[in-house]
Amino acid sequence: MFAYILKRLLYAIPIALSVTVVSFILVYLAPGDPLNAIAPADAPEEVITALRSAYGLDQPVPVQYGLWLMRAVQGDLGLSIATGREVTSEVLSAVGNTLLLAGVAALIGVVAGCILGALAGYRHGSWIDRLATALSVVGVSIPHYWLGLVLTILFSIWQPWFPAMGAGPGGSSEWLWDLEHFRYLVLPAVTLSVIPMGIITRTVRALVADMLAQEFVTALRARGLSGIAVFRHVAKNTAPTVLAVAGLQIGYLMGGSILVETVFAWPGTGFLLNTAIFQRDIPLLQGTILVLCMFFVALNLLVDILQPLIDPRMGRA
Amino acid sequence: MPAASAPSRSYWAIVWRQLRRDPMALAAASVLLIIVAAAVFAPWLAPADPYKASMIKRLLPIGSAGFLLGTDELGRDLLSRLMYGGRLSLLMGVVPVLAAFGIGTAIGLFAGYVGGKLNMIIMRVLDVFYAFPSVLLAVAISGALGPGMSNSLIALTLVFVPQVVRVAESVTTQVRQLDYIEAARMSGASAFSIIRVHVLGNVLGPVFVYATGLLSVSMILASGLSFLGLGVKPPEPEWGLMLNTLRSAIYSNPWVAALPGLLIFVTSIAFNLLADSVRSAMDIRR
Amino acid sequence: MNTTSPSSPAAEHGGRPQPLLVVRDLKKHFPVRDSGFGGPRKFVHAVDGVNFSVPKGKTLGIVGESGCGKSTTARLVARLMAADAGSLVFDGEGVEEFRGLRLKDFRRKLQMVFQDSFASLNPRLTIAETVAYGPRVHGTPAAEAMRQAHRLLDRVGLEAANFANRYPHELSGGQRQRVNIARALAYDPQLVILDEAVAALDKSVQAQVLNLLQELKAERGLTYLFISHDLHVVHYLSDYVMVMYLGQVIETGPVERIYGHTAHPYTRALLSAVPSMDPAQRTEASPLAGDPPNPINPPSGCRFRDRCPHAQPVCADKTPALAVIRGDAEHFAACHLNDPASGHPAALKESIA
Repeated sequence: MFAYILKRLLYAIPIALSVTVVSFILVYLAPGDPLNAIAPADAPEEVITALRSAYGLDQPVPVQYGLWLMRAVQGDLGLSIATGREVTSEVLSAVGNTLLLAGVAALIGVVAGCILGALAGYRHGSWIDRLATALSVVGVSIPHYWLGLVLTILFSIWQPWFPAMGAGPGGSSEWLWDLEHFRYLVLPAVTLSVIPMGIITRTVRALVADMLAQEFVTALRARGLSGIAVFRHVAKNTAPTVLAVAGLQIGYLMGGSILVETVFAWPGTGFLLNTAIFQRDIPLLQGTILVLCMFFVALNLLVDILQPLIDPRMGRA
Repeated sequence: MPAASAPSRSYWAIVWRQLRRDPMALAAASVLLIIVAAAVFAPWLAPADPYKASMIKRLLPIGSAGFLLGTDELGRDLLSRLMYGGRLSLLMGVVPVLAAFGIGTAIGLFAGYVGGKLNMIIMRVLDVFYAFPSVLLAVAISGALGPGMSNSLIALTLVFVPQVVRVAESVTTQVRQLDYIEAARMSGASAFSIIRVHVLGNVLGPVFVYATGLLSVSMILASGLSFLGLGVKPPEPEWGLMLNTLRSAIYSNPWVAALPGLLIFVTSIAFNLLADSVRSAMDIRR
Repeated sequence: MNTTSPSSPAAEHGGRPQPLLVVRDLKKHFPVRDSGFGGPRKFVHAVDGVNFSVPKGKTLGIVGESGCGKSTTARLVARLMAADAGSLVFDGEGVEEFRGLRLKDFRRKLQMVFQDSFASLNPRLTIAETVAYGPRVHGTPAAEAMRQAHRLLDRVGLEAANFANRYPHELSGGQRQRVNIARALAYDPQLVILDEAVAALDKSVQAQVLNLLQELKAERGLTYLFISHDLHVVHYLSDYVMVMYLGQVIETGPVERIYGHTAHPYTRALLSAVPSMDPAQRTEASPLAGDPPNPINPPSGCRFRDRCPHAQPVCADKTPALAVIRGDAEHFAACHLNDPASGHPAALKESIA
């Protein structure tokens, strides 16, 4: 088991390193001198030269990468052009909001997906099965940014139950776990939850139907085990796959939240990315992407490590 | 021998026959056909000029006289803009998948057929792309390249290529070990001839199925990039961009504002259902 | 190249008495994926120093349990994989030096029929296209290659008018194997390797395909390398037999010698229906029990000793060499029992040299 975890950790290192390389290269994808992205447009020549050596831009590219990586590891992602503040602090405050949104959305999506999928699997071919199948097709086909808009129209304009914009009084810095703030979370979280819900419904439905058709379940029933006992066996055997799918989907949520955050003016990383892109704030873009991807890599690693731990078939890998 | 007199059918002929008998496939294909036809023939079918703005006719509701689906925030006929908008939206959804299908199949075939260390290196490099959620990768690349249609196309293609390569490589690796490839190698034929005659035809099917599944994702992502302002630029009509600019109208004319998104949704669901049908039609092992 | 008639004698370099294929000291070791961190790299000795030759127009049968290296030997001879050591002489020429066009021509002269009749046919091609592919590669015009494919399909018993445009999934196993034979013949080969070619077929179909193979051999002067685990089939088709165990040859000779005067306990075990001449031994000659030992770590000395009813300490100490049996220059076996000087206690009694 220990060897397995070690192997996974070792495998994550090159992936994490290559994520930093890609994030670093983003600056060079941007058209024009990378310095244009850092210096104000009207900076005099000597300031540009000073900046060039200050940022190490007069060095060869691999050296620049090394310097950038060293600073990044120490938590220094440079200064935002738009605000002049440190990218690290901007990103960290926004990441908290994104993780809150993504976490709640994942919870809704996974729980709803599991319930729907299990019901559909148990009642194979019934109306609830057809409903779940239809919902899962809708879930994977719907443009979630549009769903956000429709939900806003329905539950914020037509029936003004929930606010349409922002994260509540106090803005991004003062999120509180009270009803007032929670109301702001409902629409974006439900919108975002359709991303994992469709896939998880599909996965759970297939797994449960498959499991119930297997002989050991028939044997359990023949031994007179109650429905709950059978359910526990099914749950134990489907959990690892569901975990793997859910983990991957939560990662996609962090990407998908960019669009949903834009719809709901949610002060998370998506909002930050939007600002970064349209203000040509490349350090901010780079920093946000890097932090989000590191979370994604860490999440994948976590799933890889957890999966064998809860898998009854693997025992000790 | 009961099969003796039955006419022989190639694999693709069987798949085609299977698809024609699938009501879901027919329905999805018909919807797509209508949307594509409306987009292609927009210059002849559209009731109005999609660029002609009018300050006094802004945000007319659905069913207004002369404007069947109302008008947008600049007073342009929405029906006409939706029809014209299909051109760019479909183009931006389909082109990256086609490009990724071509590029990804080529790389995957090469990597899978060559095998060994080179294959391992190619696949490990592509693994890096899997460390990025696809929306984030698309936004990052097109954000860094700068807004614009061609940059979004590049970004989306780059998102899909690694996925297609992975499928093509794994199928090629399986096919390469089959005896008929060994038999072909014993002919002394060149690697190119073996790949063309014996490998490609057997790899194309699974990769094709995978690529049809990507169409729906690509539609949503491409319109999403335009929605963020990263894709098509105004005043060009494009569904994602229209959805963005009409957002300001959700309080005054909500259903008009929701229409472009509905079209993205319908197209995406039709692609998804068609992909499901293609998958089950092609799943006739052997 | 005369593609219409069977192999023309002019194409053969050495004349009749020469063997078509000579294999010397063939070796193939597969590295084993190591399980943990570090440790010495291990190898499976799949083929470990194999020597044999096949006379022109004859059939050599290679028998042994699965994993004994017989299929690897076939693939090495066909140059589908590279050998680690050893030499191949085909029709008087060293195969190793073949490159480019020479290699392409060698490929044509040596063809193979595989066990899995379905996996060895491209499912996307009609059977006529499959048969025509080889000649097309070697420059025959498309129409001519197609005509030839139709003639060959007729010859192997698949009426071309009816079968030519079918796909593999529309045929039975026996029919598919006939297609594979036609495909091999389309190259006008000299040597055909039959790798368990009839193993997957029903007994009745097997007999038909074996008869077809015999007819084709006589008709076209073919030489066969016939690989099988089925001793009855080998008996029927082969002129010579070679028995392999854990990557090595343990007995080889003319078919009637192997079946009539078995000289190795392993061969005897395989042929356990054949009673021994010695009453004392008859009671001990048990059918083969258990699996062959791990080929990564073969036993020292004689590799068969773990499962041999006659095993003695000497079998662990000394590796028996292939030695001539009863003065028959074609019959060899590797067992201490046959060598009075080996030190095996039962050797003198058994001495047959």
